[in-house]
Amino acid sequence: MTLQTVLLVAAALFSVGLYGAISQQVLVMVMMGLELMINGVILAAGAFWWFLSPTPTGQVLLLVILAAMTVEMAMGFAVATLVHRHRNSDMTDDATELAG
Amino acid sequence: MIQVVFWVLSAVAVAAGVAVFVVDSMARATYALAASFVAVGAALLLVGLNYVGVVTILMMIMEMAVMAVYMVMFMGMNPALMPMSMVHDTRAAISVSVAVFGLLAAGVLFVPWPGRRGAPGTDPTADLGNALMGDHMLVMMGISVVMVATIVAGIVLALHRGRYQRFGDDLRARPVDPQRGGVGR
Repeated sequence: MTLQTVLLVAAALFSVGLYGAISQQVLVMVMMGLELMINGVILAAGAFWWFLSPTPTGQVLLLVILAAMTVEMAMGFAVATLVHRHRNSDMTDDATELAG
Repeated sequence: MIQVVFWVLSAVAVAAGVAVFVVDSMARATYALAASFVAVGAALLLVGLNYVGVVTILMMIMEMAVMAVYMVMFMGMNPALMPMSMVHDTRAAISVSVAVFGLLAAGVLFVPWPGRRGAPGTDPTADLGNALMGDHMLVMMGISVVMVATIVAGIVLALHRGRYQRFGDDLRARPVDPQRGGVGR
């Protein structure tokens, strides 16, 4: 377990999430892709904390990342609700125009 | 021992992450994502990040429960549980993600990473608490504002019938309600 190996695992998680965020059509599945990307970022930040600078500042950065994921989650669910209400669908392809 | 546990957790995290977009039903995808997050949370526990690791695990298990409810709510019980595939442009998505992984891996392998500066405290959780209540309080105060803004934005987006639905563009006009309410109706 070295910094490089942990970062490689994090990069793999990020890339898999990126694939999902680009390829999925269902809004909730797109959110899953984004969350997988953030999952990789969390792992990378934990590795940086442990292997480079194990100070409290690194842990605070991790909490900020978790907060970002919370915001993504809440906004994603709200947008999914909005799109479903207006288009009766949860597909990204049905939400290509901003006009309600 | 830690090495073995780390590699097992890494394999589970990545395999479960891949499974999210490979399994047939969205309910299974939800479980797979939860498994990936639990593995990453456990990896954080391995390096002594007890608080962040536990928070990650608990938060993601709750979120996956909410996500499963959303799937059933929007797609009905059968589509959320039955085999289905709703993807577009998979070839481009694979190309982009492979290219990004290659770029990140190159950075990971070729950057001359510095050595560790300092040592972790005896109780990282207490250190985090002291930091949040001391030098880094401004960070949490900033996050608090963002969270409040998120609550407001979430309600505005998800609201079925807000002020613009009731009043139209002229907020001083009489509201168009299916049934009048309030004092003096």
